[in-house]
This record gives sequence, structure tokens and C-alpha cells, in this order.
Amino acid sequence: MAQTREAAIVGIHEYPLRVAPGVSALQIKAASASKALEDAGISWQDVDAVYDTGSHQNIGGLGISEYLGLNPRLIDNTSVGGTSYEFQAHHAATMIAAGKANVALLTYGSTAHSDRRAIGTAGATGQGSPTPFNNMEDPWGMTLISGYGMVKARHMHQYGTTNEQFAEISVATRYHAMRNPEAVKAMTALEFVGVNEITTQDVLDSRMIAWPLHLLECCMVSDGGGAVVIASKEVAKNCKKSPVWIIGGAEATKYRENGGDITVSAGAQSGPRAFEDAGVSPNEIDVLMAYDSFSITVMCMIEDLGFCKKGEGGDYVSQGILKFDQKGGPALNTDGGGLSSNHPGERGIFLLLEATRQMRGESTSQVDGAKLAVAVGNGGQLGARHATSPTILAAD
Amino acid sequence: MTLRPQPRFPEPDTEPFWEATKERNLVYQTCDNPDCTDKLIFYPRAHCNSCGGLKTTWNTSKGEGVVYTYSVVMQSRHPAFKDLGPYAVAYVDLDEGFRMMTNVINVDNPIDDIQIGMKVKLVWQEQGEGEIALPMFEPA
Repeated sequence: MAQTREAAIVGIHEYPLRVAPGVSALQIKAASASKALEDAGISWQDVDAVYDTGSHQNIGGLGISEYLGLNPRLIDNTSVGGTSYEFQAHHAATMIAAGKANVALLTYGSTAHSDRRAIGTAGATGQGSPTPFNNMEDPWGMTLISGYGMVKARHMHQYGTTNEQFAEISVATRYHAMRNPEAVKAMTALEFVGVNEITTQDVLDSRMIAWPLHLLECCMVSDGGGAVVIASKEVAKNCKKSPVWIIGGAEATKYRENGGDITVSAGAQSGPRAFEDAGVSPNEIDVLMAYDSFSITVMCMIEDLGFCKKGEGGDYVSQGILKFDQKGGPALNTDGGGLSSNHPGERGIFLLLEATRQMRGESTSQVDGAKLAVAVGNGGQLGARHATSPTILAAD
Repeated sequence: MTLRPQPRFPEPDTEPFWEATKERNLVYQTCDNPDCTDKLIFYPRAHCNSCGGLKTTWNTSKGEGVVYTYSVVMQSRHPAFKDLGPYAVAYVDLDEGFRMMTNVINVDNPIDDIQIGMKVKLVWQEQGEGEIALPMFEPA
């Protein structure tokens, strides 16, 4: 399929605080929307499409539209966990290309840290309506982290991937975080032990949270949020900054399956489709923003999107190519990632934000001459039901 | 001791599974549609998730299988688990072909004493007189 340039990211904002006591998720969304529209040079009332996961104070597209004071002609409540924003970007670009809207607003706000939400280690809450999968999972005490741990264990068993190789992902991500003042501030505010660059040995020496996942392979739990403004090419022409074109997107899901391969994510389906949609191939990509809930998530995204063959991700990440100033492959998570910069629960929006900064030349770990970026989110739980969606972006 | 999170009812898809545990039976479904290409249904549902058929049959597993993968939880904030010490959460592939979440127990050191591919057999963890029981596995 030929590449089209019908819709672009024209405004972005990442809420700067990762510890934000006394502020609500809705306030973070509104503040981020205001700044992102200002970044674009678009007025508040020009927003005609509202995208919302409905998971922030449980207010969806209708409630948030009223709260913000917008009267959209299009609302989309797609909510698939951390990759909701890649799904929404895909939907927004498609609807804008179809002439159904001109200016789409995606917002995110969360106070996961201040709420003391033990996302990774709490296990089942036993609240809400019972579901078949809660009833078939909760009694055995799987924490979210151990769910990902099971995928990592199987990856190590099936392909011989080592802990040292997984650690490379954490090391490169921290290298980028140390160059990003907001990430440094985040790690400081969240009282990281050692706000500094790390080595593979540091990762292996960090305490085990759920074998075989070490602390430094696990993302932080922060407050935060952000906003993305996506506009038609006509609107984009008059925006303050160069448009960053959404040239491809795709979506897929995968579940725990009888006899299935847990190491293969839904990205194995949506990855090739997104590249076909964009008319580009993985070897042309300059920046890879891959959802780093855990090291294993990134490993699966790298393989399943075709940056290397399945099972060869360990060798791929060990060849010294992940950092922004290294050659040979796309730079990985140049903002510092969920591991070391920002993870309030649904990181997908930050993948789009940093990919956009790279395409604009605004990153704190700017890749020279970057023209193409992939933001690939993974929502739900990798070892159980999950969704994977890549958004492919191109510089103007 | 705080009880583990229990299955909650009414939840009609999984209730027959849990009722069967009161008799210490580990059950799974197969699809009755002769044209269905993947007849195995698990977790339990009133429909076949392969063909959409609405007629299914309950079968009893022999309770033998292998560890597909596992993770050892070192840190759980849940009151029922936080003082357990390290415990293994696993997917076990039963010989009948279905994969279930469970715990692998009765090992000294779950990290070293469990291996992927290891043969395991069913063991029940009682939850109280006349109550459901939790299917778990131990080395065969």
C-alpha cells in the first residue's frame, strides 16, 4: 500500500511532574490538553474529536468532553490498557483521512503513585463484578510482574536468552534517562536507589521481584499524563511546528491459548500490517519507542515487529546499537522509558510524545537526521490477554 | 491466615468448574460441534471460543501435565500471599491439551526445583469444609 500523509501529530505535551500530590487525573488531562493545543497553535474550540480511555477517574469521552468544555462531533472510548493511545492515534488518523474530523485530542492523566497503587505486586483485588478470567486466575496469586516473569522465563528457556541480554535494555534506557532532566527529576522524586547510569551487573544485582525479573527490569509507578493533538493536513499546514505524519498503524490482540506460544505477542500480527500500511520496513526506522513495562516486553516488541528474527532478540540487543549515539539500528526509548522516566500505568501516550520529539529534532537524546519512528504499545498483560499496536511516524 | 482470593459467584461460565472441585474433579470442556476444528475450551465458557457453538461437554482431566512456564513471586502485597515466602505461579499444560494458571507447590526452592517441561501432577489445596478446592500441581 502506498504511504499517505493525511493526518499528523501537531501538538504534544508531557506533564512534567511524576509525583503530583493534590492534583487530580482530570486536572492533569486538562493542563496537558491546554499545553498541547498551545504547542500546536490551535484554539481550544477547534477540537472536534475526543479520544478517551475512560480509565481516569472513570470518566469517558462524554464526561471528559463536558469537563474540558468541548463539543466534539466524534468520540472514541477505545481502552485497551497501555497501548490505548496507539489504537486511538490509528483511529484518529483514519477518521481524519476520511474527512470525519479535523482536530483530534488524546489526553491522559493518572495519580497512580500518589494513590499508592501497587500495580505490579498487589495481586487480585476481589472487587468489581466477577468475570470468568478473574475466577480462573486470581486464586493463585499471580502478580502483574509475575505474569511478565512467566513470559521472560519461557523466552530464556526457548531461545537461550540470558539475563545479561535482557539487562542491556535497562542499561540503554537509563543512559537516555540520565540525559533527560525530567527523567532525572522523576527518578529523584520517586527515590530511586542511585540516580545514575547503570551497568548490566547493576541490573543482575538488583533484587528479584518475580523471578526471573529483577527490580531494574521493571517500570516505575509514577503520577503523570500528557496530551497529543492530531490534525488533518489542511490544519497541520498552519500549525506552529512542523507536522509529524502518522503514516501507518495497525492493531491486534492475543490471549493465553491452549498450546500457544507465550513468547509471541500480538505485535507479530500488527507489526507487519503497520509497516505495510506505512510503506516502510523495519531497517529504515531511526527511533523505536517500545513499551517498556518490563525488559521482556521490549524484547518481544523488537522481535515481533521484525527488527530481528524471533528468538534472536538477545543477540540483537547485545550488539551495542540501542543508544541514541550508536549506529546499526533504531535508538531505543530515548526519553528514558517507563523503566526510568515515566509510567503512571498507561505509558502508550509517551511513546507517541517522544517519537514526535525525535521527528521534530527536540529530544534530549536526539538521533541525528531521524526521519522515521515507531511507537509500539502493549496493553493488558503480555502473558495473558493483551493488545499490541504500532504507530509509524515520519518527519515532515 | 487471610484466605486467598476466591472465585466469586454468580458467575455462570466458571461455576460448574468450581462446583466440580468440591468433588476433587478437575474439569474442562469440549465442543460438541462436529465441524469445530479446535474442540478444547479452557477457561470455561458456555460457548465454544473456536466456532461459537453453544453445546459443550464437560470432561474430567487425569490431572497430569507439564510446566509450560513459571515465575516465582518474591514480593506480593496481597494479604493472603505477602507472608508466604517465594511461591511459583505457573501455566501447566495438561495432557488433555488445555493450559491453566496454577501454582506448583511441594518443592524446597521454587526457582531451582521447578523446570519448564517438568512433569507435574494435580494436588488439591483445601479451602474449608464443603468449600471449593484449588487445583495445584507438584512434581510427578
